[in-house]
Amino acid sequence: MGVDRRNFLRALGLTGVALGTGKKLGAAESQTDKEDEFYGILYDSTWCAGCQGCEIACAEAHGLTPPEIEDVPEVGKKRVADETRRTVVNAYETSQGEFFVKTQCMQCAQPACASACLTKAMYKTRDGSVIWREEKCMGCRYCMVSCPFDAPKFEYHSSNPKIEKCDMCFDRVKEGKLPACVENCPAEAIKFGNRRELIAEARKRIAEFPGMYHDVIYGEHEAGGTGWLYLSAVPFGELGFNTNIQKKPYPELTKGFLYSVPSVFVLAPAVLLGIHTATKNNNNQDEENE
Amino acid sequence: MSNHKNHIQQRERGSVVKFLAAELKPKGKIFSWFNIISVPVMTLGVVLIVIRFVKGIGSITNLDQEVPWGLWIGFDVVTGVAFAGGAYVLTFIVYILNVQKYKSIVRVTVLNGFLAYVFYAGALLLDLGRPWNVINPIIGNSFGVSSVLFLVAWHFLLYMLAQLIEFSPAIAEWIGARRARKILSGMTLAAVIFGITLSTLHQSGLGALFLMAKDKIHPLWYSGFIPILFFVSSIFAGLSMVIFEGSISHRVFYNKISEKNRKSHHGILHGLSGICAFTMFIYFFLQVIVFLHGKHWDLLNTRMGYWYLTEIFGFVVLPMILFFISYRNHRITLIKIAAIITMIGIIINRLNVTVIGYKWDAAVPYVPSWMEIVVTFTVLFAEIWIFRWVINRMPVLSDSPDWVREE
Ligand code: SF4
Ligand code: SF4
Repeated sequence: MGVDRRNFLRALGLTGVALGTGKKLGAAESQTDKEDEFYGILYDSTWCAGCQGCEIACAEAHGLTPPEIEDVPEVGKKRVADETRRTVVNAYETSQGEFFVKTQCMQCAQPACASACLTKAMYKTRDGSVIWREEKCMGCRYCMVSCPFDAPKFEYHSSNPKIEKCDMCFDRVKEGKLPACVENCPAEAIKFGNRRELIAEARKRIAEFPGMYHDVIYGEHEAGGTGWLYLSAVPFGELGFNTNIQKKPYPELTKGFLYSVPSVFVLAPAVLLGIHTATKNNNNQDEENE
Repeated sequence: MSNHKNHIQQRERGSVVKFLAAELKPKGKIFSWFNIISVPVMTLGVVLIVIRFVKGIGSITNLDQEVPWGLWIGFDVVTGVAFAGGAYVLTFIVYILNVQKYKSIVRVTVLNGFLAYVFYAGALLLDLGRPWNVINPIIGNSFGVSSVLFLVAWHFLLYMLAQLIEFSPAIAEWIGARRARKILSGMTLAAVIFGITLSTLHQSGLGALFLMAKDKIHPLWYSGFIPILFFVSSIFAGLSMVIFEGSISHRVFYNKISEKNRKSHHGILHGLSGICAFTMFIYFFLQVIVFLHGKHWDLLNTRMGYWYLTEIFGFVVLPMILFFISYRNHRITLIKIAAIITMIGIIINRLNVTVIGYKWDAAVPYVPSWMEIVVTFTVLFAEIWIFRWVINRMPVLSDSPDWVREE
């Protein structure tokens, strides 16, 4: 794509701040205390122009480095988020032409990372963000092992390393602002709101423009449902998505094991003591050496 | 009167200090081959550890954003703890089943297990990016109770305590604390029961750690049964370690071992080989069920498939048969060979789940750096140093002092 268009959109992205703030948090606020009612973000890849406005805004909002000027989405080049950037946009050549896709932490409804974290540093807030809390984290990286989307990133070259990942701009949302990327997307491909309403909105778009969309909302059921929801013109595999993600929440994979722990703790000692008493008399010839 | 008492106490205290000072001095040759190899490696390892804390984990490891756990977790912690499983198996046999035949090796096995946990849990600290926060899940301001790692970490801690209690009579005998010994020995059974319960859970828990990495581990090694497989294999992993370590100790510390125990050595190895053969058979059976359940026939004819078959047939079925043959025919050398093959098999299996099969398809597969390997050896050597130090001083392989029997 031409650099000119990109720079233009980039400039647009930066001025988009004013545009975004108008459509604030919506009427969903009062319902957020219900389990399945929390904020999410609908990303429509058919609208995304690949301008990286979101990348730049994200970097600025979180004190990270914005992408280099040559570091642009290109077909065949896979850019990945890392400890210096929480989100990246990639380009894919698909059966329907070229499309862009933004990736970041999906803000799972039941996050693997949070259930893996033994310090509760990774934490699903009531409004839907999955946040990381510096003062709790011990840097074990078990969240990274567990996250099916490989979202959390670790500062390997720091003596005081942090975990970096998208937290749906938890701090900004708390202040009543929109997430940085949402606010700065000139193409308005990213929409913030109540997750349930966003799903309805996505369905509406699919229904209204049948030829334009692949009839799946990625994130509606993936990993038990995620805060980020994706629309696309083509099957998601063509856009580099992992389509093997299970529909059940990932924490359920360890539930069986964890549930068995209390019963083992109650039963095992009793059984062991029982066997000990039963066998004691059979071989008590050595008893005095105990 | 009270003056006199004070005087005696002072003298006793003085002699305790003197006693400890004397015991701290090295015993045995200084220029043994083990020292000549281990000292430079450990020195280098300490330098590397300092670099790691100053410049971050990435400065000496090859870990990256895709592969966050490498050799230190996969080998030091996961494999090391499997090998330390001998302690809970033997305490089960001796204290719960009351089979006295193995009593003479309980102490050394528990010591080995305890040191393994201390050092491998120590290796875990090296791998933590923010180790100062390790107290968070312990002091209770942030209990992540839904985390398998939380469970495993707590179990490590509690099990170390249980093992320390199990071993403590030996320490009491060493410093001659008669009253303490009596109290501590009285706690053994409780510690054993607690310890076995904990072991069942965290040996399997180490496998359960990887359950959420469903899409990242090669399907031939991933299944919901990892916890059970880890638990069952920890039995023969631990016992093979006991056989291996016992054979080496028998040579290195020969003069420490009492006449009676030297004689019983072969009988013990023979018995253990039977248990190994039996549990390995169960394990193999489980592996077959898991494989049939997974329906991955097509994957067998791939590179990873051949590797999988090598693991199962070369390092489970083969040593199982060797254990069985040597059990039938009393072939002591064969037992030792089988134990070594089994141990290699356990290393391969644990690494296959945690490192080799983890993101096996990554663009840049993880291979540990030489520095990670040096640090691993540093941990291992440090453990052997302490082990040797204790063996040379406390009644572990040697008989308890006479006053113990008099009581
Ligand atoms: S995508 Fe990964 S890091 Fe983000 S909430 Fe889900 S499990 Fe956590
Ligand atoms: S690295 Fe930090 S946030 Fe991630 S699981 Fe460990 S303690 Fe939790």
